[in-house]
Formats: sequence, structure tokens, C-alpha cells
Amino acid sequence: MSGKGCICMAETKRTVERPISPHLGIYRMQITMLMSIVHRITGGALYFGTILLAAWLVSAAMGDRAFATVNELFGHPLGKFVLFGYSWALLHHMLGGMRHLLWDTGRGLQPSSADILGWLTILGSLSLTVLLWWFGLSLRGGL
Amino acid sequence: MSLRTPLAKVRGLGSAKEGTDHFWKQRLTAVANIFLVSFLIVLLIKLAGADHATVRHALAKPQNAIPMLLLVLSGVMHMRLGMQTIIEDYVHSEGTKVAALMLNSFFAILIGITCVFAVLKLSFGA
Repeated sequence: MSGKGCICMAETKRTVERPISPHLGIYRMQITMLMSIVHRITGGALYFGTILLAAWLVSAAMGDRAFATVNELFGHPLGKFVLFGYSWALLHHMLGGMRHLLWDTGRGLQPSSADILGWLTILGSLSLTVLLWWFGLSLRGGL
Repeated sequence: MSLRTPLAKVRGLGSAKEGTDHFWKQRLTAVANIFLVSFLIVLLIKLAGADHATVRHALAKPQNAIPMLLLVLSGVMHMRLGMQTIIEDYVHSEGTKVAALMLNSFFAILIGITCVFAVLKLSFGA
């Protein structure tokens, strides 16, 4: 950062504190902005979450003991928490992606519609996740 | 005045010579994933709490194995493209970026082949 000891002109000029163009920190948080961030984070989480799917499939192919071990991990409260988060990330990324596909057609880009779509994404993903787990667990007869 | 040749303009592939390839594949796999992920959710709910034999038999059935294979292929293609974008956005040093992009491809292919192998083993020889 400091230009001390540097003989090139470009470096010494940088010591002057110049105003920089507004970046993320200056904006008020908006739903579209938050959904954009969450879409990327859930995408990144799902990327590593594929390890869970791979573990499930491989253990099923390996045999009883491997399958029991993976089932035990998934059945642990912490494992359930991870699976719950994974299912939410999956549904959220899916709904967010459908919003992007709609935008690709040029529709829903008005600020008001984009805001509504953002709220639909988060409320939809949360309620769908709860609904699916409630449904899945009620089929099994409880946690 | 543009220095681009008429041929380059009509091909529309840009400087990376890929055109809209990345964008298009991301969308193609996204649309496929809507259906395939829905399939996965239904399958997982049906198999919630099931024992090993039930899961094995379910995954060996073609009507489950084929969508599962499609999901794995479409899924790893989609996630590889997505992670590529994340890396290109945030990793600026050239060496680290190239290494990260390579690791991204390796991871996606490893997960893809592992899942495909497991499903095929369940279908043909478990």
C-alpha cells in the first residue's frame, strides 16, 4: 500500500487517498440484492452437498454395513440439521433459478415485480421446505 | 469502424470462442434440473426411513435409476458451470484461478462418475 522505497511513478501516486466509486457497502439492503447473494451461497453449498448424495448412493451400492453407517450419520440430529439445510438450499436455488429463467425472457424485471419475485423466492423456499419435512416425517410417523 | 471480420461477427463467438455456450448450458441444465430435482425429492420422501434392501431395489429399478443418472449428469454439469463463475468472479491471481478451475472440473467429474458407478452397480451387479 505505501509507496515507500518504490521508484516507479504509478506506485508513488497510489499513496494519495482518492475517493473510490460506491461499492456494496454503501447500498441499503434490498430483497433483490439479498436473494442474489443467497442464490450464490446456496449454489456453493449445493456444490459440496452433492457429497451427501454420493455418500448415500455409494453406501447403498456397497452393502448393509456401509448403508447403516451413512443412515446413522443422516439420522443424527446434526445430520438431520444438515439435510434440512441442504433441502432448503436445493429448493431455494431452484425457485431462484426459475426466477432467473423468467427474467431471461425479459419478464418480471420492473423493480416492483423483481421485489415481489424475491419475496416469493424466500417465502416459497421456506414454506416448501417445512411442508416437505412435515410430510416426509408424518409418513414415517415422527422424528 | 470495427476491426472484426464479417465472419467473426456472424459467428458471434467472441474472444473466448465460446459465444453463449456457458450461458446456454447453464440454462439447459437448469430446466432439466427442475424436473430431475423434483423426482429426487419425491423419491427421497418415498424412501424416508426405508431399510437397505428397499432402497437398493428402488434404486435398481430403471424408472428410478435412469432419472437418477440424468440428475447426476445434469447436476454436475450445472454445478461445474456455476462454480466456474464464482471462481472467475473472486479469484484474480492467474495461477490460483487456473488451479481452482481445474480442481472444480476434477471435483465435478469425480462426484459424477462416483454417483453413476454406484447407480449402475445397484442396477446391474450389486
